[in-house]
Amino acid sequence: MIDQADFTAAVLTFELAAISTTILLLLGTPLAWWLAHARFRGKAVVEAIVGLPLVLPPTVLGFYLLVALGRNGPLAWLLEPLGGGGLAFTFQGLVIGSVIYSLPFVVQPTQDAFTLIGRRPLQAAATLRAAPLDRFFTIAIPQATRGLVTGATLGFAHTVGEFGVVLMIGGNIPGETQVLSIAIYNHVEALEYGRAHVLSGALLVFSFVLLFLVYAINRRLPGRL
Amino acid sequence: MSLEARFWHSRGRFVLDAQLQAPTRAVTVLFGHSGCGKSTLLHCLAGLERAAGRCRLNGTWWQHDERKLFVPTHKRRLGLVFQDARLFEHLSVAANLRYATRRSRAGAAEWNTVVELLGLGPLLRQTAPTLSGGERQRVAIARSLLARPEVLLLDEPLASLDAASKAAILPYLERLTAELAMPMVYVTHSADELVRLGNQVILMEAGRTLEAGPLETMLSRLDLPLAHREDASAVIAAQVQGWDEALHLSILRLGALQLRVPQIRPRVGQPVRLRVRARDVSLTLDPPGRTSILNVLPAQVLETAADSPGQHLVRLRIEDQILLSRISELSQRHLCLQPGMAVFAQVKSVALV
Repeated sequence: MIDQADFTAAVLTFELAAISTTILLLLGTPLAWWLAHARFRGKAVVEAIVGLPLVLPPTVLGFYLLVALGRNGPLAWLLEPLGGGGLAFTFQGLVIGSVIYSLPFVVQPTQDAFTLIGRRPLQAAATLRAAPLDRFFTIAIPQATRGLVTGATLGFAHTVGEFGVVLMIGGNIPGETQVLSIAIYNHVEALEYGRAHVLSGALLVFSFVLLFLVYAINRRLPGRL
Repeated sequence: MSLEARFWHSRGRFVLDAQLQAPTRAVTVLFGHSGCGKSTLLHCLAGLERAAGRCRLNGTWWQHDERKLFVPTHKRRLGLVFQDARLFEHLSVAANLRYATRRSRAGAAEWNTVVELLGLGPLLRQTAPTLSGGERQRVAIARSLLARPEVLLLDEPLASLDAASKAAILPYLERLTAELAMPMVYVTHSADELVRLGNQVILMEAGRTLEAGPLETMLSRLDLPLAHREDASAVIAAQVQGWDEALHLSILRLGALQLRVPQIRPRVGQPVRLRVRARDVSLTLDPPGRTSILNVLPAQVLETAADSPGQHLVRLRIEDQILLSRISELSQRHLCLQPGMAVFAQVKSVALV
């Protein structure tokens, strides 16, 4: 029903999504907090940059990443500690691409949740002697659970389904950069519709179940709508 | 021991020019219309909003601009009760209270005292969203007390409650004000709360603090807006002397005078505060003959002033206390009341506060 190559692609896809989502939560949550609470000139610029992947063709994003992360790219020096040699066509490159590509899907719901909480409960916590970091972890994060769960799910699902960016910067290396969406594309190219059906169907069911669970769980979570 | 502050700030049309002194063991009421800057002043005291100025509690500076000193809210030992309670919705009542005790290291004894004081025992396991408005406010007050504050700030804590919840929570507030040994600043625009809870009054108008003084004085000063409100009243102190069971009357002692009021609960000898509305006091120059009015007290006119059109206000001294009387302009023409004149005040009704 599902052969070794497809299975490898599936494992790789979920590995990529899990790692990317973890990084996205670690980076995206403080970024969302900052965007929700800071008032500064040029905030719209930052928000537009974060939101770019929503509208930019993935190939365009992938192309720039390919150029930037390549062996002689302008950002290659950033990657020296990782062994150098550029990140194009590597799993690490995919992770970086995914994180940038899915950033708005995590940041926007989280930022909305933080904005919805507002300053009021945080002010109340301050009068109860909670320091800023204390307030963030004991009030903001628990009250923003809905936004965080939604953001994490969308980020995860979006990474699982990504195609264009992966193709541009990761290529099609089995076991290294060949994810499910690429595998499906390969099957269709090779006219293996049966195998394409299995993988596509599996992704469809997975995506539906994931979203269903999120909506069902979110209704019970704290955090005003 | 007191909270002292001086703030000024001007942003567009909004001006804050405020001076405040709140002594310990007293409730200082910031009184004024909605939008006059009372809450802003309170937030400045708490460090939640920033205005230029100074502020210190018991001699320790919280804000001193010249010294570039500003203590952030979480390092000020204060309790702040917001109008909208601001309970943490994701926590139970008990967890809301624990949020305070964990950070203030309040012990079990304080916990028990506060829970008992505000009657929270039956509510502890509930979650915040299941509480009624009055219950939420009681939890909010308890939570701020468990932060072991050295000053308690209350920002219109009853304003968003219906009449029944207000009536239910007022006794808790009265116990609180009687038992707490710290300065309390209470913001309100309700004359009812002012009279029931206040000791000191600071009048505010359009961002400025106008006058400050003891409640009894401020209520009866004819040059201040309080005496000219529709519900203008004076507050007098009396003592329970006894009661007449058959007639359901309590007898109160007011200096050498006696007052008879519908039966009240306090024990003999207990001091009580009475609110007497200006419109419930009529004046007569001769001792009235047979009348249904129970309390007719000899008084001396201290001052008279025009009130709303057709109305006149008279400030009276009875024993060593002050009473207000609102009479018609026509009556004033008939009686020609002058400072120093002896009159009889007929008090139609009094309310215990």
